Amino acid sequence: MKYVDEYRDGDLARGLAGAIARAARPGALYRFMEFCGGHTHAISRYGVEDLLPDNVRMIHGPGCPVCVLPVGRIDDAIKLAARPEVTLCTYADVMRVPASGGQSLMKAKAAGADIRMVYSTLDALRIAEAEPGRTVIFFAIGFETTTPPTAMAIMAAEKKGLKNFLVFCNHVLTPAAIRAILASEGGDGVALDGFVGPAHVSTVIGTRAYGAFARDYRKPVVIAGFEPLDVMQAILMLIEQVNDGRHEVENQYIRAVTDEGNVKAQDLTGRIFEVRESFEWRGLGQVADSALRLRETYARYDAERVCEVRTVPAADNPACECGAILRGVKKPTDCKLFGTVCTPENPMGSCMVSSEGSCAAHWTYGRFRDGATTKKARA
Amino acid sequence: MSRKPDLKNGRVDLSHGSGGRAMAQLIAGIFQPAFDNDWLRAGNDQAVAEMPPGRLALTTDGYVISPIFFPGGDIGSLAVHGTINDIAMSGARPLYLTASFILEEGFPLADLKRIADSMGAASRAAGVPVVAGDTKVVERGKADGVFIATAGVGIVPEGLVLSGDRARPGDAVIVSGSMGDHGVAVMASRENLQFETSLVSDSAALHGLVARMVEAAGPHLRLMRDPTRGGLAATLNEIAHQSRVGVRIREQAVPVKAEVAAACELLGLDPLHVANEGKLLAVVAAEAAEGLVAAMRADPFGREAAIVGEIVADDHCFVQMTTAFGGQRIVDWLSGEQLPRIC
Amino acid sequence: MCLAIPVKIIELLDDGMARVSMEGVTKVVSIALVDDVAVGDYVVLHVGYALSKIRPEEAEKTLALLREAGALAAGAAS
Repeated sequence: MKYVDEYRDGDLARGLAGAIARAARPGALYRFMEFCGGHTHAISRYGVEDLLPDNVRMIHGPGCPVCVLPVGRIDDAIKLAARPEVTLCTYADVMRVPASGGQSLMKAKAAGADIRMVYSTLDALRIAEAEPGRTVIFFAIGFETTTPPTAMAIMAAEKKGLKNFLVFCNHVLTPAAIRAILASEGGDGVALDGFVGPAHVSTVIGTRAYGAFARDYRKPVVIAGFEPLDVMQAILMLIEQVNDGRHEVENQYIRAVTDEGNVKAQDLTGRIFEVRESFEWRGLGQVADSALRLRETYARYDAERVCEVRTVPAADNPACECGAILRGVKKPTDCKLFGTVCTPENPMGSCMVSSEGSCAAHWTYGRFRDGATTKKARA
Repeated sequence: MSRKPDLKNGRVDLSHGSGGRAMAQLIAGIFQPAFDNDWLRAGNDQAVAEMPPGRLALTTDGYVISPIFFPGGDIGSLAVHGTINDIAMSGARPLYLTASFILEEGFPLADLKRIADSMGAASRAAGVPVVAGDTKVVERGKADGVFIATAGVGIVPEGLVLSGDRARPGDAVIVSGSMGDHGVAVMASRENLQFETSLVSDSAALHGLVARMVEAAGPHLRLMRDPTRGGLAATLNEIAHQSRVGVRIREQAVPVKAEVAAACELLGLDPLHVANEGKLLAVVAAEAAEGLVAAMRADPFGREAAIVGEIVADDHCFVQMTTAFGGQRIVDWLSGEQLPRIC
Repeated sequence: MCLAIPVKIIELLDDGMARVSMEGVTKVVSIALVDDVAVGDYVVLHVGYALSKIRPEEAEKTLALLREAGALAAGAAS
């Protein structure tokens, strides 16, 4: 696969591992957060940590839109889907996330709710056109990469004059989340030496969006592509910045990311959506200016307004450490529930449900490193 | 028997399952022509056959796949191949099959004929007859079109003992060919994913390949299994736990077609968890591995056979993989069906 | 967080759509968010929408840097 396989090459990996080992100063500790869940997944799936020296540590951040979606919003989606006239279209990622009362979209579907997994908003639009008698609600989640596709769907619905298409908007913003992490540093937050910046969010928002963090918090940020060699190269660039005492925004993913990003996508997003004053994030609590809602001019496509959604905040299991894990303060193995009660078969929190959540990634790919006994869940 | 079932536009109705004339017409019009053998022609409640001496291998299976028709096969051919393979995994020569149909009221007879004909063709090509059958009809909504339940029987060659608990540290792990073909082909034909591919299911009867393998390496073989639902990952984990061992495989050694890899990338799936219906996995003593692979490659269903790893001692029964990248990761069982992801 | 992969444009269609291919697996997707795409270009595809063009020269530059970093390390180690 072109532009994929070349960046997974094992020989180049060994070369880079050598370069990283030489660059990392003995006695120094390098703690980098990879913000993006896709990077967490890539690191686990390819075993990148095996190729890093011991003093270079990767901390998994909250860039998994499924993981940070508060339980209350999934409850809302389930309630919407329970309405007999509603067809809820959703990305498959959210299907198994545990909601309140042991519910989930998957279980609601099994109980008869019309919930359909789609690959794209294009599919949801198709369903709305084909079934004018149904109220088709698209459960929109995701960071800035996934927002333009939702915006496109609303534009298309407007153009086609669709009267039965709504969006339940839960889009969230990357810079706000990074700011929340950095703001809690030193307090109960995790100590960090730099960020591996998200790959595809950055194709949309550009490298300019990160300047403030490098400047105000004096942390280096390196935007990295999705493949394991990209991640390793970004780690090398971060180590070099730390060694040089620099704190700049650098772009490793030059083949797809530019400084200004995708202006067309940004404009479209700005036309359809506005920033919410505040939004609850699982693990981070209320975060200002961190999420989007539809503008008043598009209110007729807003499921929250049209269906009068009243979100009831729901608490997580008190023993669940997803919050601390999402902020990078704790590791999956620090959570009492990990691997005992909480497994991919029976996830207690979203870090275990989403395949790129820290807990799921660690369980699925990395738990052999723990020296832990095989969990009873398997028996 | 004056009225033939309307095979073009007719549909299954409750009378077809009631044991009366309508059911007899259905059997005569669809099932008998499709399978056509002495046993079925005899029209008894059972088939009576000679069994060679030896240990009996017996299996039963249910087929509920949707969509019923997919590139490279259908629920019928799948049922024949799958049941034959379950018997063959014991090293046995499959001898007879049975097939029981649970039909949903309203199911088109044209589709039923297509499925029956496909099963008949698969059965004849494999040389394993369907000797007994049954038909039931349930009300609309109580079955997804058609469910097929099968049984298969065979005789295990003397002295051959293959079982999931016989893998030992040092043994070699071999797969018969590319992984993930069936699952991806089926997924492509599901409406809401809408991607186009020339991939077809690998659904096939493997008893010929197995016969070759038993001849080449019989005493050194520990076990064989077909990695169907859950893919290679599930099968390796099953074996690891049954034999109380660990498995170490190399990503680069596992054959995966470029198109399958690409489709999995598009959907965020891992080919190791995708179903196969015409492939098998074998564990064999290390010294016989190369010879076995050579014998497999001589068979049309083993052309891409490859050693993918080995069995090791491991109290945790982990299945671990050295990635093409050089790192290590676990290859785990999945909880539930693998879903496409956007993240 | 965003599963996005490079795919090749093999056919331009109406209404801002295109057929793309990855190793022979093809799909009809939206290219409305990227300007100036031509058959043969590679784009980054996410949930049915192309979000950016892959720039071949930059891709080659990255690979060259990767090789160089490895060579330097190997050279220094010997």
